[in-house]
Amino acid sequence: MEIIEEGQVELIQKPDVEEFRKFVREKKRRGLVDKVMDEKEAVKEFVHDGDYIGVELYGTVRAPLSVIREIARQGKKRLRLAGQGLLEIDYLLALDLVEAMDVTYIGYEVLGLSPIFRRAAESGKVKIAEWSNGAMSWRFKAAAMGIPFIPVRSMLGSDTFKYSSAKVAKCPYTGLKLCLLPALILDVGIIHVHKCDKYGNAVIEGISGFAFEMARASKRLIISTEEIVSTDEIRRYPERTIIPYFLTDAVVYAPFGSHPGEMVYLYERDEEHLKMFLEMAQTVEGTRKYMEEYVLSVKNHQEYLEKIGIEKLLKLKYERMER
Amino acid sequence: MRYSKTELMICVAARLMEDYSTCFIGTGIPMLAASLAQKLYAPNLIPIFEFGGIGAILKKLPRAVGEGRTFYRALAATGICDIMETAQRGFIDYGFLGGAQIDPYGNLNTTVIGTYEKPKVRLPGSGGGNDVGSLCWRTIIIMKHEKKRFVEKVDFITTPGYLTGKGKREEAGLPEGTGPYRVVTDLAVCDFDEETKRMRVISLHPGVSLKDVIGNTGFELLVKEPLEITQEPTEEELRVLREEVDPQRYYI
Repeated sequence: MEIIEEGQVELIQKPDVEEFRKFVREKKRRGLVDKVMDEKEAVKEFVHDGDYIGVELYGTVRAPLSVIREIARQGKKRLRLAGQGLLEIDYLLALDLVEAMDVTYIGYEVLGLSPIFRRAAESGKVKIAEWSNGAMSWRFKAAAMGIPFIPVRSMLGSDTFKYSSAKVAKCPYTGLKLCLLPALILDVGIIHVHKCDKYGNAVIEGISGFAFEMARASKRLIISTEEIVSTDEIRRYPERTIIPYFLTDAVVYAPFGSHPGEMVYLYERDEEHLKMFLEMAQTVEGTRKYMEEYVLSVKNHQEYLEKIGIEKLLKLKYERMER
Repeated sequence: MRYSKTELMICVAARLMEDYSTCFIGTGIPMLAASLAQKLYAPNLIPIFEFGGIGAILKKLPRAVGEGRTFYRALAATGICDIMETAQRGFIDYGFLGGAQIDPYGNLNTTVIGTYEKPKVRLPGSGGGNDVGSLCWRTIIIMKHEKKRFVEKVDFITTPGYLTGKGKREEAGLPEGTGPYRVVTDLAVCDFDEETKRMRVISLHPGVSLKDVIGNTGFELLVKEPLEITQEPTEEELRVLREEVDPQRYYI
């Protein structure tokens, strides 16, 4: 295949599909094993310094924040990150735990830019590669397919391409110019779901973002869940299982695990807390204060929820979502 | 009748939304425009949100492209690969985008102001912008009309417009027959000249002179004679917008 152009950023994670196959053969358990553990154990066992980690979905939606706060507390270093995470990325950036990032969009939409990401990017402290949302999701798809790259029709002609690690090639069948995206195999994927059994068979309600692909692109997968259900319930509606057990390594019970983000049909995002966070994040000083108060000095997720307060949490619950 | 510039932009964008069409809806003004269009002009409009919502009823305004309101009473709730692949197959008619900078060829920047290596301001990045601008048939851009935003050359092409002129999109490999269609600003509506693919003003908003528009544009803007005058928001549009679309005034 003739390569016509190349993005100029060195790949942050190489698409080694042969090594991935070997890993899956040797390390992924086949049996139905109880995988329930708390954040502390899950992070200790499956997240290591230097790992490439990914969080699923974007912004404040279905955000796996209980696990991320634990990664921050354990101070895992030199992390490389992917995904369209937002608070997840900001927390880790704020503590200088990040070395490199594949970026698509880091901003708070209606609420504006991310001051923490801005400082990190503008100071040049973190190595960055640019991608589009489609591109990132397709990179997971390629890894899920077990192939090293996937050809697409996005990113062509743009600086987004130039500052990525994609390549342009001529299609051997049609002669069209295509953008080749390298598969993105994660060391650890982290996904927050609505329901899951103890083996890690997971159900997501509403849109599924890129959970399907990312779960399959991850060597290790930590699932945090609002509810642990019986396997009998999973077996009754197997078509709802987006993430089957064999992809999952840890099941973490985390009610309100997405707070201050939202969980559709369960609770809304905590606008007040978000605004406070963004206000504090304007300065390095304020950021440090926030991180100290809501992440570092908090022992575990339970304590975090107590800190936010049951009244506040109940107020965020959907009264009865109209469907 | 009094109305704000933002309200006018929303009304103009809503009128551009065609009934029985599929539209990529991004955060902000496009959401309000889609909601207004659904209520007044295009009851069969299918809003598509990049993280998976297809055909939502926009009863309440979403605040983000993945949140619950993007698939409230929707026809399907899928995922981002499916949505982007649907666009890549040619099914999505319109995409609505904004940006920090735009150039005469409709190239958009949402990545950095200044140089990439030492940015003055780091912006959020592409998100779905690059995919929307690359893959849907017609892109409608909604932006505030300012000299510092309408620049001769964007600092970074996050989302391709016509690149450097006619045929350049196709040369780069982008699907044939796609590209920027209209630019809706707080001063005017522009399209792109068929021959040069450069931005051209086609309609002035009420009370705005051509001089105002040119004075707020940092490049040579083509003019389509005779220039039209944009229709003001109707009372009905304003009422629906204020009372039904955004009663909490998130945006207006």
